[in-house]
Amino acid sequence: MAKIPKIALIGNPNAGKSSLFNTLTGLRQKTGNFPGVTMDKLTGIWELGPKNQIEILDLPGIYSIYPKSIDEELVINILGNPAHPDYPDMAIVVADASNLKRNLLLFSQVRDLGIPTVLALNMIDVAENEGYVINSIKLARELSVEVAEVNAKKGIGVNGLKLSVQKTLENRFASNDGLPLPVSDELITEIQSAFGEVDPYRCLLWLMEHDRMKMFTKAQCAALDQIMVKHSFEPKKYKSAETVKRYEFLTEVVDRCVINLNRQWDAPPVKTWTDRLDKLFLHPVGGYLFFLAILFVMFQAVFTWATYPMDAIDAGVALLNDWLKGILPESTFRGLLTDGLIAGIGGVLIFIPQIAFLFFFISMLEETGYMSRVMFIMDKLMRRFGLNGKSVVPLLSSVACAVPAIMSTRSIGSRKDRLITILVTPLMSCSARLPIYTVLIALVVPEKNTLFGLFNLQGLVLFILYLLGFFMALFSAYIMKLILKAKEKSYFIMELPTYKGPRFKHVSYTILNNVKAFVFEAGKVIVAISIILWVLASYGPGNSMEDATSRIKIQNPNLSGVELSNKIAGEKLENSYAGHFGKFIEPAIRPLGYDWKIGIALITSFAAREVFVGTMSTIYSLGGEIDNENATIKNRMRAEINPQTGKPMYDMALGFSLLIFYAFAMQCMSTLATTYRETKSWKYPLIQFGYMTALAYLSAFLVYQTLS
Amino acid sequence: MRTVADLGIGDHGFISGFTDEKLSLKLLEMGCLPGTEVILTHHAPFGDPIAIKVSGYTLSMRREEAATILINHK
Repeated sequence: MAKIPKIALIGNPNAGKSSLFNTLTGLRQKTGNFPGVTMDKLTGIWELGPKNQIEILDLPGIYSIYPKSIDEELVINILGNPAHPDYPDMAIVVADASNLKRNLLLFSQVRDLGIPTVLALNMIDVAENEGYVINSIKLARELSVEVAEVNAKKGIGVNGLKLSVQKTLENRFASNDGLPLPVSDELITEIQSAFGEVDPYRCLLWLMEHDRMKMFTKAQCAALDQIMVKHSFEPKKYKSAETVKRYEFLTEVVDRCVINLNRQWDAPPVKTWTDRLDKLFLHPVGGYLFFLAILFVMFQAVFTWATYPMDAIDAGVALLNDWLKGILPESTFRGLLTDGLIAGIGGVLIFIPQIAFLFFFISMLEETGYMSRVMFIMDKLMRRFGLNGKSVVPLLSSVACAVPAIMSTRSIGSRKDRLITILVTPLMSCSARLPIYTVLIALVVPEKNTLFGLFNLQGLVLFILYLLGFFMALFSAYIMKLILKAKEKSYFIMELPTYKGPRFKHVSYTILNNVKAFVFEAGKVIVAISIILWVLASYGPGNSMEDATSRIKIQNPNLSGVELSNKIAGEKLENSYAGHFGKFIEPAIRPLGYDWKIGIALITSFAAREVFVGTMSTIYSLGGEIDNENATIKNRMRAEINPQTGKPMYDMALGFSLLIFYAFAMQCMSTLATTYRETKSWKYPLIQFGYMTALAYLSAFLVYQTLS
Repeated sequence: MRTVADLGIGDHGFISGFTDEKLSLKLLEMGCLPGTEVILTHHAPFGDPIAIKVSGYTLSMRREEAATILINHK
């Protein structure tokens, strides 16, 4: 089969790049692991016709070829390096016609790199509403490029775009203006002779941005630095002068190709919807109230509405398990399948409704353009704590899961702000903590109404736990702000896009992709641990398991039936490998009020905290007291007696100690791996693990000692 | 020297230069070109950040960043 041509989609943020991508590729998308809010690259297949396929690569939105943050680096790493596996055969630059000049800046840079380019003019309807008429034929002539008018959202103009793309692919014509500002020929020749014959502008890109490009070795970077010194070339000055020069040219082009009706008729500027909405959303008081209201609805959805589908999933898994237990003969395999594997998978599936709801809200806020208003009104507050208005998105997403949240910090330009955001993000209570909270709160907090019956006491405690996570994140950020040194100043120069109606297709892709990623990424870990745990709890060193059985039989000669098998199961668990592990760490966790059974849960949930509830149910069902239909994990834990005091094991002190521990502890392998990947150093995941564990241990210790 | 940070809501001015070389590239790329008109449209609560209308769209920035954009009345 012939090689499929590759096209890169490039454009300013909010120019409609993703809409066009979705329109062209539909469901034929291949996603990175956590796409959507994270701005990874996406690829998909565009079918030009039967047997004529094109691979489309959607790159993060940028304003200029010169990157300012880590997510933007990806673009020059692909466009700057012809040897890159994703290097495109051509590019489509998507431009917002209502803001043509600024969008053309990027277009002119991409074209000068020597990449054949088509200009897709999007949002012409918006421009016309604002009184601008664009002569795209003239524009095509002036820029010597194929121009296609499209409406990416409605999918209009795709055939015209097809023609432009086919023509450009055949000609492989890159209209190239050479260098925007002249430099000495020797400079270019020197780079070309050392690194290859490429367009002069690409040479300059290499010269100025080699630190951010992965294609260069340390020696090559040093060589480029030397060339820079030799010719006393100043990148900052050049880039600024280049930008001014490009704008001068583009202003002339736009003046010739765009007619401003407002100026001709001397009409007053139109008052747009965006202006009106911003009056409300950016209001000093009203803006905050509105944001709080949105948060309230969001939490309401996640904690109340999501419970219905969650209960259904839970019941479904239980039903399946009972059915399997009924039809399969009693065996080791049945135990592994039902109590190990299916229970583990159920533990993953149950999170789907909450994750779906959260990403529904987050992507709606981003789609409509409201999210940047939230950043705007929160920046000053967040800055006091060493964070940044842009930290709001990661903190908010980490209520669902810290992994995509940490990846979304790539858009934060300042390294220090980004690092602090990454380090404190896992303190926000993610959805994996929710089942732990739910079970423990139900055990130790009485179900009654308070504050004139307005709030349910259990709900209030849950809410306080979430607030606690948020404030601890702020507090830790503040401490880190004092410790960490900043090399560069943080900045907050950001477009406030116009408000747009959400593209529900895009929203559903985001939800789908995130749920998929969660089920497969987190699911693998959880299922693996469930199986390992089941093995560890079912087998013990040497003959200990058989010995346990005979010991109980000798000690309790009068017992029989269910009671006897329960006693045996309990003794077996204590003598299993898992029991030995739990006993081993018991001295360390005694001061927090935990026994060896909780110790097992702590160890297993180290890799993923959502395993806690599963482990508890495995432990208590293996060593359980009763085994009837109503014996839920809650009832089993409630029936547990503290052997030292003779009172219920799960009292206030232990319950709250565990709640606090899980609120602060860094128990998620995937998060640590993501921190490693995003910071490219083991130092930061280690710091993250260390400070959070210390925080969890100390707080749980204080809580237990005060309450008991 | 007057800067964008000195503008009140609804005030306008024309960009005449920048005082911070590193920020100026980002600002130029975002369409804050010398000679361009800027109008201050919003303050965030506590007066910071601010939002300006420039080159036909809304751009937000912190007060200290706005103080690096010099303006004059033409």
